Amino acid sequence: MAVLPPTAQSREWLQTMTLIRRFEERAGEMYARARVGGFLHLSIGEEATIVGSARALRDEDYLISTYRSHGHALVRGTPPEKVMAELFGRVDGLCRGRGGSMHMFDGERRFMGGYGIVGGNLPIAAGIALASDYGGRDDVTLCTFGDGASNQGTFGETLNLAALWQLPVLFMVTNNQFGMGTALGRHSAVTDLRRKGESLGVPGLRCDGMDVAETFEVIDGALARVREERRPLLVEAVTYRFRGHSMADPEQYRSKEEVARWRERDPIVTFGARLVDEGVLTQQDLDGIDAEAVARVDAAVAFAEASPLPQPDSLYDDVYVLDDEVRGWYSAHADDQREALGAAAAALGPEAALSANSEIPQQLTDALAVGEDAADQQTEAL
Amino acid sequence: MAEMRYREALGAALREELERDERVVLMGEDIGVFGGAFKVTEGLLEQFGERRVRDTPISENTIVGVGIGAAMTGLRPVVELMTINFALLAFDQIVNHAAHIRYMFGGQAKVPLVVRMPQGAGHQLGPTHSHCLEAMFLHVPGLLVAVPATPADAKGMLKTAIRDENPVIFIEHEALYGTRGEVPDGEDELVHFGQARVARSGGDVTIVGISRMALTAERAAETLAAEHGVQAEVIDPRTLRPLDLDTILDSVKRTNRCVIVEEGWPHGGVGANLAALICEQAFDHLDAPVQRVTGADVPMPYSKPLEDVAYPHEAQVVHGALAALGVTETAR
Repeated sequence: MAVLPPTAQSREWLQTMTLIRRFEERAGEMYARARVGGFLHLSIGEEATIVGSARALRDEDYLISTYRSHGHALVRGTPPEKVMAELFGRVDGLCRGRGGSMHMFDGERRFMGGYGIVGGNLPIAAGIALASDYGGRDDVTLCTFGDGASNQGTFGETLNLAALWQLPVLFMVTNNQFGMGTALGRHSAVTDLRRKGESLGVPGLRCDGMDVAETFEVIDGALARVREERRPLLVEAVTYRFRGHSMADPEQYRSKEEVARWRERDPIVTFGARLVDEGVLTQQDLDGIDAEAVARVDAAVAFAEASPLPQPDSLYDDVYVLDDEVRGWYSAHADDQREALGAAAAALGPEAALSANSEIPQQLTDALAVGEDAADQQTEAL
Repeated sequence: MAEMRYREALGAALREELERDERVVLMGEDIGVFGGAFKVTEGLLEQFGERRVRDTPISENTIVGVGIGAAMTGLRPVVELMTINFALLAFDQIVNHAAHIRYMFGGQAKVPLVVRMPQGAGHQLGPTHSHCLEAMFLHVPGLLVAVPATPADAKGMLKTAIRDENPVIFIEHEALYGTRGEVPDGEDELVHFGQARVARSGGDVTIVGISRMALTAERAAETLAAEHGVQAEVIDPRTLRPLDLDTILDSVKRTNRCVIVEEGWPHGGVGANLAALICEQAFDHLDAPVQRVTGADVPMPYSKPLEDVAYPHEAQVVHGALAALGVTETAR
């Protein structure tokens, strides 16, 4: 078993995993109440892979992930208020309501984004690593993606190129056992995912992604090698997603027994229990950490609720870096478009943006009606 | 001024920008040791070394993605795709990523990336190596699309593209690489985006030519003047995004007739878009329907006589202009 770090660090890992868990549970509730639209992919069950890996990074290192990225923003220190407001589609959201759940980004904290296309982030990670290398800096890039992405062309292309160019990027495949609803053995001929990079010149390692201490230990060692040897590595973090692929997932592709077996290894429960067993924290400490996380999430929801919806006339903001050189890119004149937008908004009224989400809850209701354990999933026992 | 070929003008732009800005990095298939499939990058590896002129594996989607990541974190990558047809393998990175990153991340990131690629028919390369696909890129908000037709524009616009903060799809033309023209000296001789080139003035009909078709339109205009007494105004928009619609509309308001010439397919093409804009904004000035002269609505055939009729030549442009003027050629 991997050694525990000093008390303060152990506590912080537990705090952050708990924050991510409580945040996402609440996000799910807000989705069910139509405060959040679109898709919502939760990482509940996978928190150790997020915290264990990101805590092995230096502040100047880069992290880039997928559409399951609320936790990746939170772990890098993005205020939960900004993430929740983004889910609510508000102006104070992390991406000003432009990206939503699948597209978080916090460049200041070197979280280089969640990307909605499976495998889309791999080449971008290699490019970030190229810029680090080119600049003579020793920062590295941690690129996370799922087992499903290991079948994309970008996986083979990017691992080959990163190995060829000796780029300082650590690829972490978060193997949560499913590419959406297709089990690993049904989507990948090679299920030993750490080996999938071997023919491309990228050696692989594996860690127990349900164990934050082990994940940290393996990723920390791998990052040191990547930084030192200036070449990519692949780490497979074996984990399990407790919730559906997204909120609209009836989960007919797996048994309740299988889910229950994995839930026995809940990364937060097991790590908390270990900290108590080894005398690092008390049960009272654990309760306090949980209450603190819930309070943080309460504040995030309150912030998101209070934040205004975007003004329709901001629709065209940030399509381009605008300067004198870039004009005439609208199909008609921009001013006319803005005027028309203003009129449309007035006609629809202020609730227009919210009612636009009204179809999603129906889908959700249908999905939950199929999954009998939906009620259980609304509150995770910690 | 110096006379140079289109490919030399592009090479000069790359050389000057590599010299001017340490952040500029070139990446592409066979751009280094081989010197570029069309020899645009010849000599650059020798001058700037492997760090800045990088041969890549044949992995278009990933090459573009690497350019995006590097652009987001401070470099000015110029990615060469061997032809525009191969850009389709990189469509995910170009559209879902390069074009959308700034917007979807709420303005926190930018992607100052140039993706260069040639297009065009005429070399009997068949359906996978011959098409003109600028309309596909024009469709996408977040991209800038440049289609230079002359050596001077090739150089001045490529330099502008490299200095721009946005992702630029820079579409060259295979048939133009060997063409010669006067190119202004000086490393800051930029051709700004969104400013059309009026290649020829005339009051009878406006002909808008895209990419190589700007040159075809100029030749057609000379024929129209010599054989039909028609004075055509020829406009090369040079960039499709941003689009200098004002120059086109001003011309149409004077001539009241317009022909749009492009090598790409007719449906959803550049001409379809431009004709709609002209109808929306200058309908009352038109004395005849806007005419389009386009590539044929077929995959590009290999055999020479078929290929020849599958993309526009001077005669079709003359025919289109006369049709806009209500003149039938038999009646001349």
